[in-house]
Amino acid sequence: MWRWLIPLSVVPVLGLLAYGFRVNPRDIPSPLVGRPAAPFVLRTFDGRDLSLASLRGRVVVLNFWASWCYPACYEEAPALERSWRAYRDREVSVVGVAIQDQPDAARKFIADFSLSFPNAPDPDGKVSVDYGVYGVPETFFIDRAGRIRLKQTGAVSDDLFRGEVEKLLGEPA
Amino acid sequence: MRRAGLLALALAVLVGGRSVEARAPEAPRLATGPVAAAATGPVNAPPTVDEETVRRVATQLRCVVCQNLSVLDSPSEMAAQMRAIIRERLAAGESPEQVVQYFVDKYGEWILLSPREHGFNLLVWAAPVVSVLVGLAVVAVLLRRWTRPRARPATPIDPALRERIRRELDSLP
Repeated sequence: MWRWLIPLSVVPVLGLLAYGFRVNPRDIPSPLVGRPAAPFVLRTFDGRDLSLASLRGRVVVLNFWASWCYPACYEEAPALERSWRAYRDREVSVVGVAIQDQPDAARKFIADFSLSFPNAPDPDGKVSVDYGVYGVPETFFIDRAGRIRLKQTGAVSDDLFRGEVEKLLGEPA
Repeated sequence: MRRAGLLALALAVLVGGRSVEARAPEAPRLATGPVAAAATGPVNAPPTVDEETVRRVATQLRCVVCQNLSVLDSPSEMAAQMRAIIRERLAAGESPEQVVQYFVDKYGEWILLSPREHGFNLLVWAAPVVSVLVGLAVVAVLLRRWTRPRARPATPIDPALRERIRRELDSLP
C-alpha cells in the first residue's frame, strides 16, 4: 500500500503541470465578451467628441493602440485602415484609442499610416480600464446592439477583421 | 495648443474654485501621462478620501502592465491611472469592496493578486498546507523508522562451537 502511495501522489502533480504548460499565461480571457460595451465619450485628436452611444446600430471595431507598441501596432494599422475603407459605407465604424501615449507621437503615428478613422487619446486611462485593457494592441468587436462579441489580443489582420465584421453585419440589428 | 489648455486651466483655478469643480472632469483631457495622473488625483478627489483605504485597495490589485507588481507598488503610468480611478470611485462613495469588484468585473479575477477562496482556487490555498502536513508526516514516519532500535535476529551458533565453549568453561579451575 505504502509502496504505491508515493509514485501515485506524483500523478495529480503531473496532471496539474501538464495543464499548466498547455495554457498560455498571457492569454487572459476577458469577462467582457458577451456583455454590453461600456459607454465612453472621447475627444478625438482633431477635436471632435465621439461617443459610443452615437454609433449605436453600427458594428464598432474599437482598437486600443500606442505609438510605442512595435511591431504589433505597426503591423495592424495598415490592415485597420484598409478594412475601414472597405467597410465604412456598410454601417461599420472603426475607433482608435491611443493609450499611455504622448500626443505628438500618437499624431505622428496617425499621419505616418494616413489613418482616416477617428482616433482619440485616453489620457486618464478610464476607457482602457473600462474595457479591461492590459496591453496593446487590443481590439473589441461590438455588435449593432452594443455588445462586445470578440476581444482580439494582438494585431488584427484583414482576414480577422473581415470574418468578424461580416458575421456581425449578417445579424439583425 | 496643450500649453494654452493648461494655461486656461491655471487661470480657471485662480479665478475661482467653483468653476474648477465644474471643469475638473475635463481637466485630464488637456494633458497625458504623469501630468494627467497627477491632475486626476488632487483635483477630482476631495480630501475626505482616506489614502490608507486607497493603498489598501491598490495593494490587492495587479498592475496590468507589470510582472507580479501591485497597483500600489508599480511606478508605471497605468498603475498611477488605476490609483486615480480607485481614489475617484472611493470619493464618489463606493466601498473598497465595490471598487475591487469594479476591477474584477473588467479584468476577471486575474486582477486580484490573491485569488478568492472558492472553487478551484481553494487548491491554491489548501495545497501549501496539505504539502506541509504530508511532508511532516513523511518525516515523522522516517524518523521513527530510523531511530527505532533494531531487534537483531539471534545468530545461530554452530553446535560444535557451543560444545567447545561448554567444554572449555567446564575445564576452568
